[in-house]
Amino acid sequence: MSRTIEAPGDARTSVPGAPPRPRGRRIGRKALPYVLLLPALVAELAIHVIPMLVGAWMSLLHLTQFFIRNWTAAPYGGLTNYRVALDWNGPVGKDLVHSFLVTVAVTALVVGGSWLFGIAAAVLLERPFRGRGALRTFFLIPYALPIFTAVITWRFMFQRDSGLVNAVLSDELHLTHGHPFWLIGDNGFVALVVIGIWRMWPFAFLTLTAGLQGIPADLYEAAAIDGAGTLRRLWSVTLPLLRPVNSVLLLVLFLWTFNDFNTAYILFDQPPAAADVISIHIYNASFITWNFGLGSAMSVLLLVFLLVVTLGYLGTGRLRRRYA
Amino acid sequence: MARGIAALAASVMLAAGLAACGSGGGGNSSPTTLTYWASNQGRSIQQDQQVLTPELKKFEAKTGIKVKLEVIGWPDLLNRILAATSSGQGPDVVNVGNTWSASLQATGAFQQFDDATIAKVGGKARFIPSTLTSTGAAGKAPGFVPIYGLAYGLFYNKKLFSQAGIAGPPKTWQELVTDARKLTDPAKKQYGVGIEGASYTEGAHFAFMFGAQQGARLFQGGQPGFDSPQMVAGVKQYLDLLATDKVVNPSDAEYVNDSDVLKDFATGKAGMLMIQSNATAGLQENGMKPADFGVTPIPLPEPLPPGGRRVASHVAGINIGVFKNTRNKDGALKLIDFLTGPDEQKILNGVYGSLPVVQSAYADPKFQTPAISVFKQVLASEAETMPMIPQEAQFETLVGNTVKQLIADAAAGRPTDDQTIKSRLSEANKKMQQGG
Repeated sequence: MSRTIEAPGDARTSVPGAPPRPRGRRIGRKALPYVLLLPALVAELAIHVIPMLVGAWMSLLHLTQFFIRNWTAAPYGGLTNYRVALDWNGPVGKDLVHSFLVTVAVTALVVGGSWLFGIAAAVLLERPFRGRGALRTFFLIPYALPIFTAVITWRFMFQRDSGLVNAVLSDELHLTHGHPFWLIGDNGFVALVVIGIWRMWPFAFLTLTAGLQGIPADLYEAAAIDGAGTLRRLWSVTLPLLRPVNSVLLLVLFLWTFNDFNTAYILFDQPPAAADVISIHIYNASFITWNFGLGSAMSVLLLVFLLVVTLGYLGTGRLRRRYA
Repeated sequence: MARGIAALAASVMLAAGLAACGSGGGGNSSPTTLTYWASNQGRSIQQDQQVLTPELKKFEAKTGIKVKLEVIGWPDLLNRILAATSSGQGPDVVNVGNTWSASLQATGAFQQFDDATIAKVGGKARFIPSTLTSTGAAGKAPGFVPIYGLAYGLFYNKKLFSQAGIAGPPKTWQELVTDARKLTDPAKKQYGVGIEGASYTEGAHFAFMFGAQQGARLFQGGQPGFDSPQMVAGVKQYLDLLATDKVVNPSDAEYVNDSDVLKDFATGKAGMLMIQSNATAGLQENGMKPADFGVTPIPLPEPLPPGGRRVASHVAGINIGVFKNTRNKDGALKLIDFLTGPDEQKILNGVYGSLPVVQSAYADPKFQTPAISVFKQVLASEAETMPMIPQEAQFETLVGNTVKQLIADAAAGRPTDDQTIKSRLSEANKKMQQGG
């Protein structure tokens, strides 16, 4: 799209016969965008880039309890921390890989589930009917609740003896034998995924609802005249036209879920192995042995992974558009 | 997570900047305010605030120093202190678990209590000598001074005991298990023993105590020995209450804080509780009269295994210290002097059910109860100080979390035999060697 529009600045200077503008003003005009960007650039450097570089440097240090107060005195360890983190036969590396796989699984289920719920609700609420507005607002509640309140409530519901979940599943519906644990042991994974979807799907719903507004109604009419049923219209009109929205939505959902620290931290304090997501794992790895260099090394590895995934995802999206 | 580490790095940078332009810490540039991080000693953080606020007002009236109080729960306290240490942005005065003293002392972030400093908080002679054993590494000036004394004891519900036809409290560990079996009736939701299964600090304490009874040493010349056969046997002794003796409600594996087990014990759902002395206050908060429960030392296996030591508690308690970065060092020491003085010791320990750390406070009749004499006796004859070495806190997190996971496994009915325990403890050992 941007190829068809010329930048306004270029268009004006190329007007034939126009007197050349004074040099100083032209520089001022050219510099203006940079001047306007400068505060954001400084903030970005201070808040993201420099700490990230500092983190990368910390990952090369042997930053233990003896040096955390004056960490510039910490001995240089080279790649030792990376070697420990990536030694998949050692206990530290093994746990890191396990935690990574758990996080991938949680993310896949939460992103997939949120998208399915989101698209279903967005499509069903597309046609006007009585109470639609109220229902839309109602669906957004999980997204609007403060995360702490929401997860603490879930934590009470998931308690073994006094929780609502076991009361319903076991005492009322007799779906489980006895009272299972949700906050410890393997079911922690299920609890985490359920809460993840519950928290994320309203955002998918909101974004997809907005995306649906942009699809012209006459496309549906034309499809209907051609004899397309509801499913066919969803498949051939809605989904292809939602592709730009989806590509951004899925990326955002992926990054949010993959990096989510709060849900598991509030729910478990220290998550069971089955729900040991990577953000908490790294936090604990730093504090448990008090080696912040090791935690930083793990963070850098995670950062590299997320960068590769994001760039790869955006790159394939661009290629697809170019050759479409 | 990148954000988390970035935040940590940012705070470090900020601190470096501030330290460069400030006095470098330890000054008195802000003589009228103090920030105090208190540990959670009462039934809840709110209760702690209610207890401490009027006392700090008294301090303000006396000295003109306004104290900003924050009460921090046990699951977060150590991490908060470490974050404050690395950023330099912390409180002026802080409570710490006394077992962490040598570890935190090694960071160099705390004002040491050399003779001149300790003189400003009443002098060495103010404190009961045994409480000074866990204030820092041997051969160094203490990093902290004691504020509350604690010890483990076995609490038992007298009514449940007589209902089950048990004459008196158990004298040996074997008797404890037998009594617990008699008290257990899952149909009535009544169990012999209550535990805080999801508390890593409790897990670490019992691993230490029961390990010592089997003859284990946590460290040999600075090297961790978490997976010795004696440690395995000690951890198993604790775990078997749930796994093989089945005298613990599996739901206890979810319990993170005191409040849940105290409630269970007060309402007769658990017949016995191995818990620290402050539970006496917590049980009364839960509506249990002092006459309804008894306290006795946690009984030991008889005969003790070869090399086993008579350890029914570690020298437990809370210490208080001053961050070197404080901008009100004199005020911070005044606050510690105030809180460890006989008057405040009587008031605070009285409310919290802990033991005064100064001898003169015991003159008060409220510290002349049978329970308190039991705890004093435990501290005097059956308590061992946790190793005062820099790696101690890592032992607590690594082994404590291992015990916590084993309890969760046992609650879910998974096997927790010697082999499983040994391999988990070996992993903790390797993490200590690799990470530290």
